[in-house]
Amino acid sequence: MTAPVKISVRGLTKAFGSKKVLQGVDLDIVTGESVVVIGGSGSGKSVLLKCILGLIRPDSGSLLIDGRETVGLRGAERDRMRAPFGMLFQGAALFDSLPVWENVAFGLIQGHGVKRAEARDIAIATLAKVGLGADIGALNPSELSGGMQKRVGLARAIAAQPAILFFDEPTTGLDPIMSDVINELIVDRVKDLGATALSITHDMASARKIADRIAMLYQGKIIWQGPVAEIDRSQNEYVDQFIHGRADGPIRMQVRAS
Amino acid sequence: MILLEVLRKIGAAVLAFLASVGRLSLFTGTSLSHLLRPPFYGKSLLRQMISIGYNSLPVVGLTALFTGMVLALQSYTGFSRFAAESAVASLVVLSVTRELGPVIAGLMVAGRVGAAIAAEIGTMRVTDQIDALETLSTNPFKYLVAPRILAGFITLPLLVLIADIIGVLGGYLVAVYKLGFNGSGYLHQTVEFVQRGDVVSGLVKAAVFGFIVALMGCYHGYNSRGGAQGVGAATTYAVVSSSILILLSDYMLTAVFFSR
Repeated sequence: MTAPVKISVRGLTKAFGSKKVLQGVDLDIVTGESVVVIGGSGSGKSVLLKCILGLIRPDSGSLLIDGRETVGLRGAERDRMRAPFGMLFQGAALFDSLPVWENVAFGLIQGHGVKRAEARDIAIATLAKVGLGADIGALNPSELSGGMQKRVGLARAIAAQPAILFFDEPTTGLDPIMSDVINELIVDRVKDLGATALSITHDMASARKIADRIAMLYQGKIIWQGPVAEIDRSQNEYVDQFIHGRADGPIRMQVRAS
Repeated sequence: MILLEVLRKIGAAVLAFLASVGRLSLFTGTSLSHLLRPPFYGKSLLRQMISIGYNSLPVVGLTALFTGMVLALQSYTGFSRFAAESAVASLVVLSVTRELGPVIAGLMVAGRVGAAIAAEIGTMRVTDQIDALETLSTNPFKYLVAPRILAGFITLPLLVLIADIIGVLGGYLVAVYKLGFNGSGYLHQTVEFVQRGDVVSGLVKAAVFGFIVALMGCYHGYNSRGGAQGVGAATTYAVVSSSILILLSDYMLTAVFFSR
């Protein structure tokens, strides 16, 4: 490992009421690598992502981005911390009051002060990178299918050329073919930008495709991590049960949502 | 033991109440601070003013018209017993400008606009759109909350001014065409009795009500949780709480303006 650590998570904890969701997560992500966090529903994957983004305030622990502490930042400093991030949300989370191109251009216009006409050109070019034509730009998000919405969400995430990309369950709710299309797009775009990527998923096909390294989150802790090639030789019965999707094993399913 | 249990319940309820008052105060403070600091979203403000003001005109105008009409009718049946029919015009104009215009417009807007704001922002919350705003370097308070609150504050007085005029017109129509009043005499009475303070106090109330409606819509929408059901609950809370706060603040403002 010669590249510097981009994101460093140390001892991160977060509880909602009496439910301890994260119980001391440690994770390092090196600049330019793609890490996938796998884990069952309710294992705290989304909470981890939202903590790193500063959308949820962790109870304790430390979060270093480029070596700078980000826990406890407020106001303008927090906004500056978020600037290098792009995120693809699970349900795409497109703004349904705006046409597709304005969704893609949103961060450029609002966050970076790019002029509308110029932002529109960038948006159309970005849509082309995810395989969508300029005519899609004029549609409303509600007119698009789930897979198309994910593509637009991806275009919105990469439009401002972020150094760090987050993907929250990028293939959930898509058919296997569309899932593979989205996976390919993610791999291509991340390489293209040279970005550092963190994804969370429970779709093993997706994880194998987009990950350089896989980490497994269980009961609020990272219980295993290693290169994607070693996932089948992990010697970890939790990981084995998860990647083979067996009902029997040491993992008991969470009943209550976080 | 039962006594302890009762005390515990009361204590928990008081704590929960204080916590929500605190949350609302923080929300209000954050919203106000973002109203005063750039960047400002002018286009969004204009869109909200159209949605809150212009689109509420039919329903507010209609309720104001019937309020004025029924006031004239009711007061006539009462006053005619004392041969004081001439007081109908003054009663209508004072009731409408001081009290009924702002309160009825406020309640109608609470039902129409407060619910819509809570539903829109609530849906944005549960579909992660508010989180998405933050990841795109846009503050949701600035982009969503501030324009709505400012629009409510500016627009409701304009709406109430129109409602005042329509309400007086409703009284005039009933008085002249049903009760046989002399038209110019009625108008003369109206203008004679109404003072600037009556109208202005109504408009100040309207501004406060507009602020309350938009604030409660935003607050409940912003804090909604748990899918469609959560958004539904947020809309209900927004309408109920803004209606109660309108009536409460109406009493307090009246006490401030007219008790001396």
